[in-house]
Amino acid sequence: MTRGDETEKEQDMDTQDTQTGSAFDEIAESPVDAEQAREAIEAERDEVEAALGAGKPQTEAQQRQHRHNHLVQAINWNRIEDDKDLEVWNRLVNNFWLPEKVPLSNDVQSWGTLTPEEKTLTMRVFTGLTLLDTIQGTVGAVSLIPDAITPHEEAVYTNIAFMESVHAKSYSSIFSTLSSTKEIDEAFRWSTENPYLQRKAEIIIDYYEGDDPLKRKIASTLLESFLFYSGFYLPMHWSSRAKLTNTADLIRLIIRDEAVHGYYIGYKFQKGFEQLTPERQAEIKDYTYSLLYELYENESKYTADLYDSVGLTEDVKKFLHYNANKALMNLGFEPLFPSTVTDVSPAILSALSPNADENHDFFSGSGSSYVIGKAEATADEDWDF
Amino acid sequence: MIGAAVGDVVYFSSVSGNTARFVEKLGRPASRIPLHASEPPLQQREPYVLIVPTYGGGDGKGAVPKQVIKFLNDEENRKHLRGVISAGNTNFGSGYGLAGDIIAQKCNVPHLYRFELFGTPDDVRVVNDGLDALWRQ
Repeated sequence: MTRGDETEKEQDMDTQDTQTGSAFDEIAESPVDAEQAREAIEAERDEVEAALGAGKPQTEAQQRQHRHNHLVQAINWNRIEDDKDLEVWNRLVNNFWLPEKVPLSNDVQSWGTLTPEEKTLTMRVFTGLTLLDTIQGTVGAVSLIPDAITPHEEAVYTNIAFMESVHAKSYSSIFSTLSSTKEIDEAFRWSTENPYLQRKAEIIIDYYEGDDPLKRKIASTLLESFLFYSGFYLPMHWSSRAKLTNTADLIRLIIRDEAVHGYYIGYKFQKGFEQLTPERQAEIKDYTYSLLYELYENESKYTADLYDSVGLTEDVKKFLHYNANKALMNLGFEPLFPSTVTDVSPAILSALSPNADENHDFFSGSGSSYVIGKAEATADEDWDF
Repeated sequence: MIGAAVGDVVYFSSVSGNTARFVEKLGRPASRIPLHASEPPLQQREPYVLIVPTYGGGDGKGAVPKQVIKFLNDEENRKHLRGVISAGNTNFGSGYGLAGDIIAQKCNVPHLYRFELFGTPDDVRVVNDGLDALWRQ
């Protein structure tokens, strides 16, 4: 570099200084104590985390600070604060799938055997599920991110949000494989007009937009582990009758994902719940059961509206009770519905899991029909005895 | 019944604690397999039933928690195993309670029962009755 070049550069910088004005000089001249700044950020972060942990709503300033702190903190997957974050991240990544991998076109012939009423019901059920997945992908899982305690928890929510969008898109794959544009448009129109479906979306979105992190997690867990099931019932029903079996395979992948989501969000809820005072715990518990009642009441009407025409309403309601209990358990609360109203038909349970048939259990079935070790060899390398 | 110690239950539960909660509801003497490798390993020298959650989902890889594998790799621990009970979720399809299937096959013991999450009151009753009957045999 020659002396002449340097002079030219200095001149350029002078020009820039005059353009950016005095704000820059002010910042440059103010003394910066890096240590002090770091301590201040840490103190604020601790304060926000304590507030989040105790389920307190954040102020606007805290929310901004919270986002800012995470922006300046690069995520370090080599320093895990909660093992569950890494475990669930790995599980979600291992479970990753896309609808293109499922041979849905093999169901075209089977679709042709359904009556017009059965086809309409199926289309409506799937647009209802599409709406819930859309909410969870674009509003629900995203709304949990600012409440996250660890950066890894934030990363898990981004995975959940993306998979919900995959789920929402996969219903469109089913539609385009089985149905005409006119029928698809008709079903989407129905989804915007059905009062019970709209009501259910409204209740949930209300809590997502509210200011209580724990209530958001309750709403989210009830969506993941309860509200989907009036819809999931139908493909399991078709599958048990050897109809739309590839579609059912795809739905099972969605069900598996939602189970991990409900488990994880429920777990994070319990972590926050543990830190509350007994009074506040009682209040949150009451709130959970009353929200479940509110959703259940609406869900019963939605179920009747859909399934009365095919005579399945009562069995779907048993499936709702069964899943409501599991949603509560994901939140750490005791099941609500007694076993007399959760006796889902064995065909549906078998369609969900071939292992759900209780006659294979040594304790509850007949011991003589019991076979030891049905599993295939596994790939656990260190399983070496 | 030969004695309370015979009816021992050994279980594993992650930090989410669902299996621990089920075992607590059984109200039987039980030992927990340590969560972290830094803790002293559990040694079981009496007949017992293992209660274990299933990890992963679908493909079966990693279904048995590492800590349980480590526990069962101790031949003495394995010798006293009389049966396995698995926790899980029917939403995992053929992965529901898979850890129980794998352990039953590897150790040649019956897979006694499956339950979901932390179990319903019915599950607690069936397992308690079943364990009582098992130790009477």
